[in-house]
Amino acid sequence: MSRYTFGGDEHVFVEVDEEMSLEAFFTSLAMTNAVREANIDGVIEICPANASFQIKFDPDKIHPQKMMDMLKEMEQTAEKKEAKLDTRIVEVPVYYQDPWTHETLMRFRERHQDPNGTDLDYAARINGFDSVEAFIKAHHSAPWFVSMVGFVSGLPFLYQMVDRSRQIQVPKYLRPRTDTPKQTVGYGGSFSCIYSVRGAGGYQMFGITPMTIYDPKQEAPYLRDFMVFFKPGDIVKWRPINREEYDSINADVQAGRFEPRTKDVVFSLDDFNADMDGTNAKLMEALYAD
Amino acid sequence: MPINVISSGIMTTIQDLGRPGYYHLGIPMGGAMDRLAMRTANLLVGNPEDAAGLESVFVGPELEFTEDATVAVCGAELPPRIDGEQQPTWTALSVKKGQVLSFDFLKAGARAYIAISGGIDTPPHLGSRATYPIGALGGVDGRAVQPGDSLPLGKASGKARPGTSVPEDYRRLPGATAKLRVLPGLYWHRITEESQRRFFEDIWKVANEADRMGYRFQGGRPLDFVPREQPFSAGSDPSNITDACYPYGSVQVPSGQEPIVLHRDAVSGGGYFMLGTVISADMDLIGQLQPNTTTQFVKVDMEAALAARKERKALIAAIREAVG
Repeated sequence: MSRYTFGGDEHVFVEVDEEMSLEAFFTSLAMTNAVREANIDGVIEICPANASFQIKFDPDKIHPQKMMDMLKEMEQTAEKKEAKLDTRIVEVPVYYQDPWTHETLMRFRERHQDPNGTDLDYAARINGFDSVEAFIKAHHSAPWFVSMVGFVSGLPFLYQMVDRSRQIQVPKYLRPRTDTPKQTVGYGGSFSCIYSVRGAGGYQMFGITPMTIYDPKQEAPYLRDFMVFFKPGDIVKWRPINREEYDSINADVQAGRFEPRTKDVVFSLDDFNADMDGTNAKLMEALYAD
Repeated sequence: MPINVISSGIMTTIQDLGRPGYYHLGIPMGGAMDRLAMRTANLLVGNPEDAAGLESVFVGPELEFTEDATVAVCGAELPPRIDGEQQPTWTALSVKKGQVLSFDFLKAGARAYIAISGGIDTPPHLGSRATYPIGALGGVDGRAVQPGDSLPLGKASGKARPGTSVPEDYRRLPGATAKLRVLPGLYWHRITEESQRRFFEDIWKVANEADRMGYRFQGGRPLDFVPREQPFSAGSDPSNITDACYPYGSVQVPSGQEPIVLHRDAVSGGGYFMLGTVISADMDLIGQLQPNTTTQFVKVDMEAALAARKERKALIAAIREAVG
């Protein structure tokens, strides 16, 4: 049973689970979809998160207690829905151990758990990897699920599609940084993220992608429909690249020539739970077919 | 006919009442930090309450008018000058073509709202002209106002009555010690009963890290967490949670050290626990707090929060009545 609480007089906050799981994500998604479909007078924002969600409403139109009671009723039906999604898989190039995030992490060393190392050294060590290279491989070998969009404009939180025992976990910085390069690939808890814009951040920094994921001018061809690229339920496959390829993709992005490799797929949580590696292999086939 | 920006102060941005509806993508509602002051300034110059004006922090801009207009400055006590001559705040003022509006030193509060008849008519982005610099949305090319900018104005309603003033009783600024009412909730149960008590007992001070995204507070005792094994995904610090949404006004406390109250340009979510939320009626006051202002958080329940909200609505209605 979810935990319901108020965020002041304008928000109801629902924690589906304290822990992250795709089950909790799908419940949150189903409930926020139900709230959207119900078209409740007074609802202002519907924000699904990883294993929780939040509704902002106008208490002059709907009493906070009534809002909460309606959500509790919706949970009954939402839980019964089949966890299946028509979605897409996207390949995102990542330049691990790049010079820009390195410069930034050195600048904020005194806010870090391990002031003498790098974020990757630290993450590899506390997760029991022999080398940074082996850790990086684990990061990009299995695909990721976009389980939340937010923090700042269009930033995706991603959850790796592997068994709990293979999940990587790292803490956030002791005190958040005031600066993070745009398009940094970060890590906190069991979530990867891509910082969509330059700014504050508390996640460990692993690398950077040349792919723009947020652009209010919508110049990139893949951002023509909307200024934000990711939505919850998208699946991501990281592809490691070197400096040379980073520069070349970056030039393509700037010239409006880049299109991320993307395929439409169906994701079923039951199928995934029954055979994770098999499901992931099928996703890779779909992504790289043709 | 535009307004020419001669100097811009420290951080002058175009703001209106914001762009709700995109927080699920990390795009905050934004808009004036002190919405009551923004609305009031608009009312004084005959604008719709949601028209765009300027929000100035600590230091006002210098603006040259290329047509006759009515202006009003509400919120912080940042006294306006027209061609050097000092003018009252909270009052509809006539400015003639060619005159320059400038400002004296700040006397109280932090953010002044400058409304101009017709409203600033820069292009709206996702339904609002509010500047959100991080996302490069709204404002002038998604940024704060700069010297050399020309700000276009919309058509004035003709309803402005220069000389009209807002009665003293209706001008809201925080006192010497600010009191911010908080409804406990969210992850309140994560801190010990003693910390729950101390949070409301302690005297806090506004830190220098205080802006449109959030206000940090210092000086109170650190929080102790109820011992537990951290849930999977949350991260190892007891103040970490599985990344979730952050309500506007929510009080997050990274590492249990210094509370941060999230405001109009808030990040929409993240992995720090929150102990509760500043009630909607007190959000405007936060934007008027200068660094070092002593602040006490006051514990309230939902009933008190809704009563305060009603009071604030009645105040807006009274202002409409008084200046309309």
